[in-house]
Amino acid sequence: MPVESVYPALEPLLPRVRKPIQYVGGEVGSVTKDWDAADVRWALCYPDAYEVGLPNQGVQILYEVLNERDGVLAERTYTVWPDLEALMREHGVPQFTVDAHRPVSAFDVLGVSFATEMAYTNLLTVLDLAGIPLFSSERSVAHPLVIAGGHAAFNPEPIADFLDAVVLGDGEQAVLAITDLIRDWKRAGQPGGRDGLLLRLATVAYVPRFYDVSYHPDGRISNVTPNRQGVSSSVSKHTVMDLDAWPYPRRPIVPVAETVHERYSVEIFRGCTRGCRFCQAGMITRPVRERSITTVGSMVAGGLAASGFDEVGLLSLSSADHSEINEIAVDLADCYQGTNVGLSLPSTRVDAFNVTLANELSRNGRRSGLTFAPEGGSERMRKVINKMVTEEDLLRTVTTAYASGWRQVKLYFMCGLPTETDADVLAIAQLARRVIAAGREATGRRDIRCTVSIGAFVPKPHTPFQWAAQCAPEVVDARLRALGGALRADRAYGKSIGFRYHDGQPGLIEGLLSRGDRRVGGVILAAWREGARFDGWSEHFSFERWMRCAESTLATEPVDVAWYTTRERDYSEVFPWDHLDAGLDRDWLWQDWQDSIAPEGAAEVEDCRWTPCYECGVCSAMGTEIQVGPTGERLDGRRLLPVVGGRT
Amino acid sequence: MSEPEGRGGAWTEERRSRDEERRRTERAQKASGKHGVAQPAAQLPAVQHLVVRYAKRGKMRFASHRDVARVFERGVRRAGLPIAYSAGFTPHPRISYSGGAQTGVASEAEYLSLALTSRQAASQVRELLNETLPDGIDVIDVTEDTEGRSAALEASQWRVVLPGVEPVAAERAVAGFLALDEAPVERLTDKGVRRLDARAAVVTLDVAEPAEADGGPRAAVAGVQGCAILRMVVLHMAPAVRPDDVLTALREQHGLVPSSPPITTRLAQGSLALLAGTSVL
Repeated sequence: MPVESVYPALEPLLPRVRKPIQYVGGEVGSVTKDWDAADVRWALCYPDAYEVGLPNQGVQILYEVLNERDGVLAERTYTVWPDLEALMREHGVPQFTVDAHRPVSAFDVLGVSFATEMAYTNLLTVLDLAGIPLFSSERSVAHPLVIAGGHAAFNPEPIADFLDAVVLGDGEQAVLAITDLIRDWKRAGQPGGRDGLLLRLATVAYVPRFYDVSYHPDGRISNVTPNRQGVSSSVSKHTVMDLDAWPYPRRPIVPVAETVHERYSVEIFRGCTRGCRFCQAGMITRPVRERSITTVGSMVAGGLAASGFDEVGLLSLSSADHSEINEIAVDLADCYQGTNVGLSLPSTRVDAFNVTLANELSRNGRRSGLTFAPEGGSERMRKVINKMVTEEDLLRTVTTAYASGWRQVKLYFMCGLPTETDADVLAIAQLARRVIAAGREATGRRDIRCTVSIGAFVPKPHTPFQWAAQCAPEVVDARLRALGGALRADRAYGKSIGFRYHDGQPGLIEGLLSRGDRRVGGVILAAWREGARFDGWSEHFSFERWMRCAESTLATEPVDVAWYTTRERDYSEVFPWDHLDAGLDRDWLWQDWQDSIAPEGAAEVEDCRWTPCYECGVCSAMGTEIQVGPTGERLDGRRLLPVVGGRT
Repeated sequence: MSEPEGRGGAWTEERRSRDEERRRTERAQKASGKHGVAQPAAQLPAVQHLVVRYAKRGKMRFASHRDVARVFERGVRRAGLPIAYSAGFTPHPRISYSGGAQTGVASEAEYLSLALTSRQAASQVRELLNETLPDGIDVIDVTEDTEGRSAALEASQWRVVLPGVEPVAAERAVAGFLALDEAPVERLTDKGVRRLDARAAVVTLDVAEPAEADGGPRAAVAGVQGCAILRMVVLHMAPAVRPDDVLTALREQHGLVPSSPPITTRLAQGSLALLAGTSVL
């Protein structure tokens, strides 16, 4: 059956919208395959604007993995801005892919990658424009399967009613397994219809409709149980165990439009066991699996040649922790010396060795700014979150940075962490002043700067803080105001210290969506119907709309926004995501939570890469193991950087 | 110290640039009082300038100037061309663009100039670029820049397809426009409303014959009956008058309203003498 391009209908609308180039595709690295030669067809969606969605690694990886297979076709689709949405509705143009402008409704699968909960309303825009019924229960065999993935999908319950299936964890192998299941089902004549397909999918993914949720009269969940024979009571995440065997993206998509990241990114390892208690990414991606220096080297060479980018980002949750980061930095800097290719490590722990690495990678570049994330302002606070960074570490790190010619240091913090007091936040002002004083002393210059960047903490599922009460936005805002005042108050330092913050209100809605259950789905639908779009963008976000919709939707329930967010949970509470298994032992998480809030002061947990296993449960539950080097291989040269500072 | 003769210019140049780099590093270190502070890399000098005529076609008509710049910067690197870079901490490929067609406007005659650090055959540069550029950004011609090309780009010839407009109606509006001494229009820019005289820049303006219209790449707009096609030669002046300013005048002052957005294509750029005397359509 031929599928017509919607481009002829779309084209006359494009001169009337902002940045039309984002809707036309045709990028180097994009693929357009013969529709009829494919037997399984994926539309991959990043539910945000093209400029944010295009650089997303997850989508690019899956796009390439799928398109490399014969008989499989994958195209991309993004959320259109409200200006085009209005025109598409007026002119009856459906949600389309940017590759061949095919209607999304014609595909077998709509795979949606959620990096953040704030994109949930954008999912509804995509479904609605595609002509796909919003509710899974209303779809027929004629509609695409709507499958979610990404970090936010580790608690998909708030959008469970809109999804057919959810993939937990790494997608590379999972999408191929799903592809095989769909192909077999189609070839067998679609036995059992849509339900038959979902039952097959339930072996590799979570199918929300096969689980019933029951509640206590007070609103807490009493249990979540499968309602079909043969459906497992819990669903496990997928873990790719050899990153060298999956060296994607190989041929990155090179946008014509401007996007948020203009570089070729290589993931140098996946997972993190630093054990920061607030960090969902670090908890759900365990264990650490390194990509070898030689694979990193060949990916960089191939990716640059294929893309023409002039910047390489070495991605991971804590890049300096790669067992051969020293060799990677030196060898890549040597390889690309004199080529005008820039190298960067976007993720930065407070560690003086990070400065050495940044120096090496910026040999010939401008040393404008370095970013570190102490996260907590006081020593006590950093112990609570298990950040394992002392003030001495921080001062040594920034001093090294200023002395090596970096002019600006950015420091990331969170506000509203468990047990936090006003004093903990005000300590950030003290810290910033000491940073500037140390920098001035080390350089003898007064033009060095420090920017304090702070946002509200949101407790996330599958972390030790999943039991925590979220701090109310009024409290967060009051502390941020006080901090801003304290930073400006000192005239000797005020002009050297910048202050950036995010208000507490969006954080509360993020909290509702992060730890919500299926009852929150109604709130999302109501907010979307009342116009909620692009909630991650401050110019589109409306706190009042969300609160109004939550109040009306939850009026008949014994729960409200405060119940989902600012309420501390106890040990026995059943979480909406308890049947979704990231491998973390619940009792270990609980103990880590208790350790963090212990009245005598928080107990710290070391990293299991260099201390004995502390039994978080992931490796034993998932049959995985830590994969780290050193491999002893080199790309070029035999030099190494001196290891300075207190590298743990 | 005596140098052996006949070692060749390349060697001397390489050694000289190494010395220069060392001296610069020392100077900078003295200035900052610190060692280990990054210095910008020395860049090779440009030895050849090539003028590239390229087209912006099909879906790529929606690319903005900056989008096109991104495409070429990455394209020359993928093609492996020895592009020269600007000096300083953030070196940029030395590509200079001459006033590109605006977002949404197609073109058969855009120009840019490449500075290269080693001499290349113009035809090979064209082939290498066309192999790697996205479809729709197509290199038409590459030539040595001998005469300072941009000085000669005095005017452009444009074709404008007006969906849903009967040729007779277009003829009437065009005649009315040409009879004017001036045609004041307003255009909303990022800096506010700008007032222009659309008439002053128009050298020629007429309605193409239907026979000619059939051959145009965008003459047939899906589902639209009757497509008038304008062609015009417009002077490059400051502030710039664009074909859509002329269309604004035709709409506001002569009631010419297309049923969907017009499709504009730049067909040629060059000296006024050349464009006024010829038709590329």
